[in-house]
Amino acid sequence: MTDRTPGFATLAVHAGAQPDPTTGARATPIYQTTSFVFNDADHAASLFGLQAFGNIYTRITNPTTSVLEERVAALEGGTAALATASGHAAQLVVMQQLLMPGDEFIAARKLYGGSINQFTHAFKSFGWNVVWADPDDIGSFQRAVTPKTKAIFIESIANPAGSITDIEAIAEVARNAGVPLIVDNTLATPYLIRPIDHGADIVVHSLTKFLGGHGNSLGGIIVDAGTFDWSKDGKYPMLSEPRPEYHGLKLQETFGNFSFAIACRVLGLRDLGPALSPFNAFLLMTGIETLPLRMQKHCENAKAIAEFLSTHKAVSAVNYSGLASSKYNALARKYAPKGAGAVFTFSLKGGYQAGVDLVSNLKLFSHLANVGDTRSLVIHPASTTHSQLDDAQKTAAGAAPDMVRVSIGIEDKEDLIADLDEALGG
Amino acid sequence: MLNRMNHDAYPDSYIRAILNGVKTIAVVGASPLNVRPSYFVFKYLAERGYDMIPINPGQVGNSLLGKPFVASLRDIDRPVDMVDIFRASAHVMPIVEEALALTPQPKVIWMQIGVRNDDAAARAEAAGLQVVMNRCPKIEYGRLSSEISWMGVNSRTLSSKRAPAPVKGMRLSLDRASVAGGDTAASDRATRPRSGTS
Ligand SMILES: Cc1ncc(COP(=O)(O)O)c(C=O)c1O
Repeated sequence: MTDRTPGFATLAVHAGAQPDPTTGARATPIYQTTSFVFNDADHAASLFGLQAFGNIYTRITNPTTSVLEERVAALEGGTAALATASGHAAQLVVMQQLLMPGDEFIAARKLYGGSINQFTHAFKSFGWNVVWADPDDIGSFQRAVTPKTKAIFIESIANPAGSITDIEAIAEVARNAGVPLIVDNTLATPYLIRPIDHGADIVVHSLTKFLGGHGNSLGGIIVDAGTFDWSKDGKYPMLSEPRPEYHGLKLQETFGNFSFAIACRVLGLRDLGPALSPFNAFLLMTGIETLPLRMQKHCENAKAIAEFLSTHKAVSAVNYSGLASSKYNALARKYAPKGAGAVFTFSLKGGYQAGVDLVSNLKLFSHLANVGDTRSLVIHPASTTHSQLDDAQKTAAGAAPDMVRVSIGIEDKEDLIADLDEALGG
Repeated sequence: MLNRMNHDAYPDSYIRAILNGVKTIAVVGASPLNVRPSYFVFKYLAERGYDMIPINPGQVGNSLLGKPFVASLRDIDRPVDMVDIFRASAHVMPIVEEALALTPQPKVIWMQIGVRNDDAAARAEAAGLQVVMNRCPKIEYGRLSSEISWMGVNSRTLSSKRAPAPVKGMRLSLDRASVAGGDTAASDRATRPRSGTS
């Protein structure tokens, strides 16, 4: 049998899945069960001791979920993955393996607002201290490194404005600092950008968005690139030291280049508990089968709509890195040559009230707080998610009163353009 | 095997042929402690039907999962197909020399994750043996059979065929289509110096 490298679309359909051993079912069955019987006491002991591969309890592994995990690992070019109940849960589980109370991590200032909240408040209460840096100024990451730094966290395509991060430059900073680079690849998906190819050590996703793609299931995932040596200087005791939870087992020594994924599973999922439901895993993996087709359409539509808006008389500015006028266009061409994604922002000449009116006039675009659905979505942050802030705070948070964010779906672009044109007052 | 193998990246076909071909495996440095990687490997391969022999001079008189410990390769009473080495790289050469002195000679020298001795490998290859370094046979078996997929590990294999459900003592089929043209997924990258960002 020859070793050839299948293409992305083949992996999106096949990776991780094979006909069910018992029934021959070709689609991956939904193993909606909490637990799995042991063959005998010795088998049980082997599984609990991590000596055998197999299933014990769905909080730790599940045969439906493991298909999703292997598929995303294959698409990202990682050694292993594990799914979580949401994107936020994935971030929590990753940081639990890396940080002890009093440690620091550096995060890009341009992130999904929910991640900014999680890092600023929830993580702070665990004693994990975020230090912010500006992805448009690589030197700010370098300057933020201290002896307490344990990781760097960025988004490949950053929410909300769809700006592109220079992953390789920040990977260099991480390598020099001896810490792993974590990339949230939610808005790009591995179809557009594979961060591991650019130096990422860990990739996280909210599967809730484009990977699942149909706006029907929450989920998250962590992908281990297998690139980081956790044992070299004792900074990562969860991986390098004997674990009392497993009677002195050392995870990197035992599991080699997928030990980070194992740590997330047996120390994170097992003890914190944010497992994905097998039913959600089924819906998310079904979505992934069409990821390449959907992303092509999302990007084609987004570009057409960004171009339309940039010539519209009611619009003052469009921030889409796929447009030649964007300051991120060179980075977009380098990192995302197949398309710059489908989430972007634009500003309205009519200010705050024009934003409120646009959202209420649209008939096909749905007004809600999500991205990455088959359906086109819109939100006016100033009157919704950021309404509690004053105007200066809104602008600083990237939610200026005149700014609207869209996530372009896979409908016919002519219909989306007509909807926008009419809602903007022709 | 006259040509030296590229020990940075093994084709799956190479690993698959070794794991399909060998029957008796001597584990040098086998530990009776059930949290040590050597114990994991010994137990797993025994359950997959291999005839396993634990080697550890400090444990002679005891047994590992019913198999008596022996002091050295010389003390084994039957032909050995593969020698799996759980010793630091610097201690590998004498073990390989001992293996080459056996009649019949083993067919394969396997060094575990983190163990690599290119001089010892060259010596074994010159004598016609196959060599694998810095890999784990348990992980490779689990990967090529896709059993390791239960843990969300990227097996880098695809198959549209129905597989029998694994039960104790069963040899699993390793004949799935491989995805990677070369470097096996399971253990090479963490221990290699990182190449620049590409
Ligand atoms: C870029 C990004 N990361 C993480 C998340 C959090 O994911 P979840 O809502 O699945 O917890 C989101 C959700 O909007 C997101 O857009």
